[in-house]
Amino acid sequence: MTTSVVLAVTVGALFACGIYLMLSRNLIRVLLGFLLAGHAVNLLLLSNSDGAAPIVGEPSNGEPMADPVPQALILTAIVISLAVTTFLLAMAYRNYKVTEEPEIGDDTEDVELEDASPGAGDE
Amino acid sequence: MNGSALDFLLPLAIVLPMAGAATTLVVSRRPRVQRFISVGTLAVQLAVEILMLARVVQNGTIVVNVGGWTAPFGITLVADELAAFMLVVSTTVALAVLVYAISQGMADESETPETPVSIFHPTFLILATGVSNAFVAGDLFNLFVSFEILLTASFVLITLGGTKERLRAGAPYIVVSLLSSLIFLSAIALTYAATGTINLADLSVKLPAVDPDIVATLQAMLLVAFGVKAAVFPMYAWLPDSYPSAPAPVTAVFAGLLTKVGIYAIIRVQNLLFPTGSFGTLLMIAALLTMVIGILGAVAQSGIKRMLSFTLVSHIGYMLFGVALGSTAGTAAAIYYVAHHILVQTALFLGVGLIERVAGSTVLARLGGLASASPLLAALFFLPAMNLAGMPPFSGFLGKVGLFEAGVQDGRVLSLILVIGGTLTSLLTLYAIVRVWGRTFWRPAPEVTALEEPDDALQTESGRSLATRRAAQREALRQAKRREAGEKAARLPLGMVGATTAMVAVGLLLTVAAGPIYQVAQDAAEALSDRNQYVQAVFSSGEPLPGLDPGSPAAANGQAGGGR
Repeated sequence: MTTSVVLAVTVGALFACGIYLMLSRNLIRVLLGFLLAGHAVNLLLLSNSDGAAPIVGEPSNGEPMADPVPQALILTAIVISLAVTTFLLAMAYRNYKVTEEPEIGDDTEDVELEDASPGAGDE
Repeated sequence: MNGSALDFLLPLAIVLPMAGAATTLVVSRRPRVQRFISVGTLAVQLAVEILMLARVVQNGTIVVNVGGWTAPFGITLVADELAAFMLVVSTTVALAVLVYAISQGMADESETPETPVSIFHPTFLILATGVSNAFVAGDLFNLFVSFEILLTASFVLITLGGTKERLRAGAPYIVVSLLSSLIFLSAIALTYAATGTINLADLSVKLPAVDPDIVATLQAMLLVAFGVKAAVFPMYAWLPDSYPSAPAPVTAVFAGLLTKVGIYAIIRVQNLLFPTGSFGTLLMIAALLTMVIGILGAVAQSGIKRMLSFTLVSHIGYMLFGVALGSTAGTAAAIYYVAHHILVQTALFLGVGLIERVAGSTVLARLGGLASASPLLAALFFLPAMNLAGMPPFSGFLGKVGLFEAGVQDGRVLSLILVIGGTLTSLLTLYAIVRVWGRTFWRPAPEVTALEEPDDALQTESGRSLATRRAAQREALRQAKRREAGEKAARLPLGMVGATTAMVAVGLLLTVAAGPIYQVAQDAAEALSDRNQYVQAVFSSGEPLPGLDPGSPAAANGQAGGGR
């Protein structure tokens, strides 16, 4: 099988953008990043499958038929990322409702622990 | 191994909790029915798994081809000794935690009406489904799917109630988990491209023919993906940040099960796919750093939950050490240690939940004098704590001795260093845990907090008589506090105390029945080291599909590497 350069470059670019976005504190950006990176992985899976569609009979020109397994895997992966996307959207919405900010806040427990025990560990 | 009458047990271990989850969703308006169904489901699942373990120990691996498609083509479920053993331990923990959560929820229902308890049961059962499925998955993609099932359930559980703190603490956990899933899925894509299969047994046959550099890449990607889930050294930072903010039973079940699923996947993949162990040294270094850095983090903590989360990270290092040794003795010790740690860590987190209930806090500075308020609680925390630290004769000690023996047998300098590191870690664990126990239970209750204290300026003005009066006042307040704690301890829901006691007891059972249980671990490790056994079991598990010849469509991927 020959994986095309275009496909490989696309996968790389999607991954780079996706991971960059996932580093953000803004949940919507994280979600978009996850979607991009997820598409990158799906393309990576798809690059395994190359050839005529295995629908009815043998292909006339004798070219090899595409392997359906990666496509089945992609379908499953898409369903899973749909579920995760829904969850992340709900979480972003809830976070916005509670904090009125689109971003994830500082760790209040850290701050509280530091305030509550000045000198913990040296008693 | 062909179609025995008891083979139907294997899919039951996954189908039961899944069906339970569906049913509890249907009856979400009737909490009592819901509780009954979820406890009943897990109890039946546990019974099924104990039966299955007995059968696997007696007759060898159970293999079920879902939908009748034989090994490399369909979805295969495999229960060898390791999987069956892990199933029993994990469901025991899940059941105990569920009982604890129910009794806590019942006691809290009036206090926090907005908490969606009706969501808890289906999600918890889905989590159990994911964990069970991960243990019996016979191919990489099925393993990925089960990881996703348990992760999605864990996302819901860790942000339960949707409060600000939980959302904040859950976010890093969720993002890191998603990233590791993407890495895992990429690894699957590359594995399929390199070999044309993702069935574990098939891979174990075909991987040796693949270019070693490619194999090393695949191995590295899989180890990173599983390492994140198991919280191994460079990838552990999400854990102590997110776990402490979840409700006590959720933290307990996460600490017990989720990281261990990662360790299980590492054990499985290392033994089955990459037995030559080209990453042995790297894994050992990771194990050492996980142990030492984790425990140093634990020593520095001022809250019990965070301290326990760091010991959780630290002790993952022991299991990784056993895996990295690559010997049968090392793997056996690692398996025993996994079982020990699941039980002990869960018991400790359940105990912390009780402490929080009695004292209203888990920050060390605000705790004290609980031993007089609740001697039972002090004992319930003390036993697993000593067990975790590896005091003889507890199971933690036996597991560590097994690991150290395997390390010394190995004889490499690095493994000797690891043995020393392990000893040091276990001493530091003892220090950390004794410090926490002493402060929480043994020392007198802390001074009344600043808020309740009268103005300090007053004291200096009015001289000594006021000072003595204030001291008496403070003493009275302290006694009132202690009495209040005692009353709270007396009012602890029976189910919570019972579940914690049960966990502690099962943890002790691991010590009492150490002989047979260690034997199971040993057998599981031997079965793992003999890969042919697994491969044979999977491939002889059904008749080959009729009409499948090398020219058929399924073999079209042949050019990519090993044809089918």
